[in-house]
Amino acid sequence: MNAKATRAAFGEALIEIGAKEPRVVVLDADLSKSTMTRKFANTYPDRAYNVGIAEADMIGIGAGLALSGKIPFVCSFACFVVGRFETLRVSVAYTEANVKIVGTHAGIAIGEDGYSQMGLEDMACLRALPNIPIIQPVDETETKQAVAYAVQHQGPLYLRLTRQAVEPVSPPDYRFEFGKAVVLKPGEEITILGTGGVVFNCLEAAKLLHSEGISAEVVNVSTVKPLDEELILRSAGKTGHVVTVEDHSIHGGLGGAVAELLGEFLPTPVNRLGVVGFGESGDPKRLYAKHGLDSAGIAQSVRKFLNR
Amino acid sequence: MPLDYDKLSEIARECRVQIIRMLTHAGSGHPGGSLSAIDILTVLVFGRMRYDPKRPDWPDRDRLILSKGHCVPALYAVLAKAGYFPESLLPTLRKLESPLQGHPDRVRLPGIEAATGSLGQGLSISIGMALAATLDGKPSRVYCMLGDGEIQEGQVWEAAMAAPRVGQPDRPLDNLCVILDYNKIQLDDFVKKVMDLEPVIEKWKAFNWPVIEIDGHDLRQIDKALDQAEATKGRPSFIVAHTVKGKGVSFMENDPEWHGKAPKKDEGIRAIREILGVAENDWADYLKKTPHVAAIVREIEGL
Repeated sequence: MNAKATRAAFGEALIEIGAKEPRVVVLDADLSKSTMTRKFANTYPDRAYNVGIAEADMIGIGAGLALSGKIPFVCSFACFVVGRFETLRVSVAYTEANVKIVGTHAGIAIGEDGYSQMGLEDMACLRALPNIPIIQPVDETETKQAVAYAVQHQGPLYLRLTRQAVEPVSPPDYRFEFGKAVVLKPGEEITILGTGGVVFNCLEAAKLLHSEGISAEVVNVSTVKPLDEELILRSAGKTGHVVTVEDHSIHGGLGGAVAELLGEFLPTPVNRLGVVGFGESGDPKRLYAKHGLDSAGIAQSVRKFLNR
Repeated sequence: MPLDYDKLSEIARECRVQIIRMLTHAGSGHPGGSLSAIDILTVLVFGRMRYDPKRPDWPDRDRLILSKGHCVPALYAVLAKAGYFPESLLPTLRKLESPLQGHPDRVRLPGIEAATGSLGQGLSISIGMALAATLDGKPSRVYCMLGDGEIQEGQVWEAAMAAPRVGQPDRPLDNLCVILDYNKIQLDDFVKKVMDLEPVIEKWKAFNWPVIEIDGHDLRQIDKALDQAEATKGRPSFIVAHTVKGKGVSFMENDPEWHGKAPKKDEGIRAIREILGVAENDWADYLKKTPHVAAIVREIEGL
């Protein structure tokens, strides 16, 4: 399997699911070329609506469709769709409308477009809202299964997707389970909890560390909310040190969720890796290097954290 | 069959009494806009809409979205009278554990179609419901009531732009009817002073809506406008209903102070008397002859 953007895998999955599930309706706000829903719209023109550059209206229309029995996907960049927080809060979360919120272009890895187009606080916002789970699939395999899960999940749900191609990391026989994290590489001395495209970098970092005699456990946390508390507590209890890695603000995302969990139930040193402050324009690879989210940066943070 | 306007007028009067009853019990809430909206809601719920209070999730029902959610006492009054829940629940408005939340809560109270009250969101939801009905070939009509101050919200204009376009050309949303409760007052002051909407009819026409202008307290005009909306094909309809904030209670009418203030006990009783059109001198006799009103008054006196 080749590297593929999770937004692309999402677009492909939608078409397959659209054939089986006639209640699926897709809404876009003039970014259907970017959210990869165009093919769905061409295949099922009666079930795809582009409402123009009007995300709040898109979310509200989605809520109305959901309250009348449809399964709408409302799609835009993560920052724009979650930016209409108040509409998500009342029309979707509080109303318990079965709306699937899709935020693509998550993180600084979108690169050159710069901060205003980067979803960097979306998970923090939605973690604060009751009733909206957050899934950030790690690769093509997991994305397709997560989209299928989203359709059968009763209630709203947020899918966080990447613009950039991400390397496959899921084993071939992988079965996505909502709320379950997955140990991709077992280890003894440090737990690296990653979510999204950076999980591949975590695995690469673990290889570097292994060559230096540091045994790292790498976990893919694709359901960021609700957290797989059991697995995380077990791994943290074993290794005694936890690093979180996400292409998102270090505040309120995976790192925040893990720190809250461990702080309350199993005080453990935690090092949160992610984006501090605003993002910026640049080549995605160099951006990851600058923000310490490439494999070298993650490995370096682990060494420092363990005083090795 | 033509509607019995006398009967509807009587229902609207009873609902006004219930609005005052609820708000006096609650000690907070929004009488002005509830009283401006109640005649329209009465015609809709008791003259026009198809629904079954025993099956609030009946897929073919008509929908009513009160986008100006702060005026939910008016909606509670009509839903109770329609049989969704007993009128004895009305005095629990805004009390801990009551399904009658201060603003509409879909999950807690069957009959409420969507959580509203964070202004500006209801029209988008209504578009989604109207679209679902056209996609499924259902006969449901969707009614959305907007507040005048509410349409200062940007999302309303996103939705205003979208509604006449969505579903074109095969599935236009002509099952959607939007009603503006134009009572000319918002929380802070008169709408004109805060952020004037005028020319409001031209604005909606420019967004490609057919606009009908009526007196929102004239039951016959409301009914005829809804007829006209229903007969309009190819586009959703917009009704500008000129109303009086606080309508029916002399000391509340046209006064921004009564946007969001509950009547005290004596004010509540006086309001009920005025709504029922009883002179002060006749009030004691009236209460003797009208036990259900006397019970409501006693209940308020006992607060």
